[in-house]
Amino acid sequence: MALRDGARAAAPLVLPTFALGVSFGVLARSLGWGAVAPIVMSLVVFSGSAQFAAASVLAAGGGAVAAVASAALISARFLPIGLAIGPFLRGGRWRRALEGQAIVDASLPLASDAGRIDRARFLGATLPQFVAWQLGTVLGATGVLGDLDPEALGLDALFPVFFLGLLLPALRRDPGARTVAGLALVLTLVLVPLTPPGVPVLAAAVLALLGLRR
Amino acid sequence: MSGVWATIVGLALAMAVIKGAGPLLVGGRALPDRAPRVIALLVPALLTALVVVGTLADGDRLAVDARLAGVAAGGVALLARAPLVLALVVAMATTALVRAVA
Repeated sequence: MALRDGARAAAPLVLPTFALGVSFGVLARSLGWGAVAPIVMSLVVFSGSAQFAAASVLAAGGGAVAAVASAALISARFLPIGLAIGPFLRGGRWRRALEGQAIVDASLPLASDAGRIDRARFLGATLPQFVAWQLGTVLGATGVLGDLDPEALGLDALFPVFFLGLLLPALRRDPGARTVAGLALVLTLVLVPLTPPGVPVLAAAVLALLGLRR
Repeated sequence: MSGVWATIVGLALAMAVIKGAGPLLVGGRALPDRAPRVIALLVPALLTALVVVGTLADGDRLAVDARLAGVAAGGVALLARAPLVLALVVAMATTALVRAVA
């Protein structure tokens, strides 16, 4: 059953997502946000990178506009992902825009098979991540778990290793993938110090347009 | 606190637009021939960028820290065909250890 397959494929992300959610809740609490604001934020924004980016801008004295702009830029990578997934969702355009809200970083890698996306798998993969994120935020924001530091536990390495675990088989399977990955590697390394957070990943996504040349 | 709530509302709207715009624009139209190929290349491009940023980026600068050790250890485990969960455990333990002693 594709929905369950998607959830199972995303299972390794549950722990790091949960831990990151706890640390976001803890951070928000330490910034004096109270418990309600971070919990609501995790529900309606549902993106660790965006939420941390916005929180750090506000903590540094920036205003809401700066916080939203910074977080939106970091989230820009979801736009090409949405373009890729759109054709495979169900219903009219607005219904698809709604289903697109389930997009997370792992969506394409987990749900794509040679460029065709399995809608049920896509939705199934997001579900455990959503639950973990909410649960983590609640526990962190209410102070139930005290102050959890995911970095002390090495949890921050889990996301890149998970993505690496998906990348290696793709590289083995597809020579074209190796070219794109090599270019993305160089491009990202160059752009991280030169551009605001979020731009390097977006730029790497644009590289995929190389596929149009073949 | 009003800045916080304004941010939450504004960001929720922005995120909805970002995630919804793609499906809104292309949804329902026939898939162009080249699209599967582009999507299939989008995956390794995104994954590579996410690995690099997750390992070496610290805000807007590159930083070599315990994460690199952890990701490298996890990478070695993956190349040795270890199951993903084992590679994740290796990565986590290595990162925590390096951070503790460094």
